[in-house]
Amino acid sequence: MTDIPQTVPDIVRQMAEHMATTVPQAAALGFRLVSVEPGRGSISAPWREDLVGDPDTDVIAGGVVTSLLDHTCGLACAAAAGTEPFSTATLDLRIDYMRPAAPRAGVTAAAHCYKVTRTIAFVRAEAWDVDNSDLIATAQGAFVVNRPNT
Amino acid sequence: MSDPAEQLEAFLQRVPYVRFLGMRAELSGDEMTAILPAAPHLVGNTFLQALHGGVIGAFLEMTALAQLSVTQGSAKVHKTIDVTIEYLRPGRPLTTYARADLRKVGRRVANVHVEAWQEARDQPIAFLRGHFLLSDPK
Repeated sequence: MTDIPQTVPDIVRQMAEHMATTVPQAAALGFRLVSVEPGRGSISAPWREDLVGDPDTDVIAGGVVTSLLDHTCGLACAAAAGTEPFSTATLDLRIDYMRPAAPRAGVTAAAHCYKVTRTIAFVRAEAWDVDNSDLIATAQGAFVVNRPNT
Repeated sequence: MSDPAEQLEAFLQRVPYVRFLGMRAELSGDEMTAILPAAPHLVGNTFLQALHGGVIGAFLEMTALAQLSVTQGSAKVHKTIDVTIEYLRPGRPLTTYARADLRKVGRRVANVHVEAWQEARDQPIAFLRGHFLLSDPK
């Protein structure tokens, strides 16, 4: 079963919501779940003083955006699972930074897992600070799918 | 402020996110080794006790930026244009090390490769290739 289902089963939704916010790194960055749909997920990360990457501008660190994009891609993979949830590990992730986020602005990411095979999930993601038509970063990743009992 | 050790210390002290990660660095001449001690808030998978993939990517990116600040002698933080992170092994809850190789530093753009490992240098856990926009061209 490798097709992305039409709906997100409850068990998958619960697992996705859990991983979006309670994984230690996600909790440490204050991630908030925005939405989960079949093969799609969205998470936001608030601006915080201790997460600044450039003290001259107070812009949030690229590393936070990296974690957010990676995590949101993982969420989209989880949301692409059918009735049998699986976990994923990042194989590769490419991120393009179009511009820095606005000073003291948080970041929201949305990811789309558009194909899952037995072993690999393919994902695209975008991140923005204020307006989702004015992106700060885009990402493309491949994730290894770890299915139970295989 | 052109002493590499001072330059590095200034970079590590100035960037709040470096302190959030708990990242340190050691310098041998102009070659830097970045060090990321394991910490509970860096974990991405409690079941496997694996470091978060984003943390590994962020650590590699900060290593590239720190090495650029040492070599370029600028207190300003350079801007990331793009990064590609390749994951080879799970990051275990151990100290992670990274070294950056400045493959080309042009007038405006630098191409940097970074390698991360834990217990054995010949068993890398991740690589990063990236382009960085130099904020203070020489």
